[in-house]
Amino acid sequence: MRLDTVDKQLINHYQRNLPVCERPYQEMASNLGISEDEVISRLATLQSHQVLSRVGPVFEHSQAGASLLAAVAAPPEQMDMVAARINKAPGVNHNYAREHTYNLWFVMTAPDEDTLDERLDELEHHLKLPILRLPMVEGYHIDLGFDIDWDALP
Amino acid sequence: MNHPAPHLSGSTGNFLLDTEAFSAWGLLRLRQQLEEGLPLTPRPYLALAERTGLTEQQVMDAIRHWQQQGLIKRSGLIVKHRTLGYNANAMVVWNVPDDQVSERGKTLAAVPFVTLCYQRPRRLPDWPYNLFCMIHGVSRERVLGQLDKMIADHNLGDTPHSVLFSNKAYLQRGGRYVSNS
Repeated sequence: MRLDTVDKQLINHYQRNLPVCERPYQEMASNLGISEDEVISRLATLQSHQVLSRVGPVFEHSQAGASLLAAVAAPPEQMDMVAARINKAPGVNHNYAREHTYNLWFVMTAPDEDTLDERLDELEHHLKLPILRLPMVEGYHIDLGFDIDWDALP
Repeated sequence: MNHPAPHLSGSTGNFLLDTEAFSAWGLLRLRQQLEEGLPLTPRPYLALAERTGLTEQQVMDAIRHWQQQGLIKRSGLIVKHRTLGYNANAMVVWNVPDDQVSERGKTLAAVPFVTLCYQRPRRLPDWPYNLFCMIHGVSRERVLGQLDKMIADHNLGDTPHSVLFSNKAYLQRGGRYVSNS
């Protein structure tokens, strides 16, 4: 979908600081000089076109439960199959192919560390592949969303 | 992991203790609902209140409290960068001496096109890297250009590193800690 100036303004201004008040879309609307209805319908359109995955909070996962980055080195011809098996495991929320011997990278989450270990052990058993387990030691980036470089986009 | 793994009651915060009117169940439901995104209706917090058995005021208070606690990092439009045309995603991993990793991490996290930056353990002999940066860019060429600039600006020429471009997303969604339990 082609984004117009107002769509871009919405994205530029509201990747953070979504108002917490009775009529948040009204407040956004008055800041942008458009109507509340228009804000709501634009957000709905952006969501239905997959420009936005959602509107709302991003939770700090390190406080919210256990999670870690994991990787496996799948035989190249079995990558799709292994990826599908990983996707079926409980608590997996990202799974990417990457160009490396460790060619599948995923994030596994659980309510607590013990459950996380159990889930990984079980998946390792199913895959018959060792899982590289890389918990976060320290995070340095503060997630503020990131400024879209509109001019660089196709 | 280093940090303690709080139970769900921990993540809903101490204010359960001072406001008995908040039901723990309601707060748990609220977290689940928030992870799915806000309803696109004029009073989204009221809609969430109706789904969770809380009042609209309690929903807003809970969100503000979680923001202050840092449990909510940000609230807003969650952009799918791939849809916009950010098609290149590189995980750049570095092998940094242990006594420099924190300082390096803070520096690299501040680079505008670095979208995530974490220290993770090495797993020798298979995995020698301990600092991870994510770069999202519109093309592989641009990302490699950005990386060259980063290496030059921050004197990283002698730091062993590897660039792992992602060529396919098999799954991409927000973490749903509550819903999974």
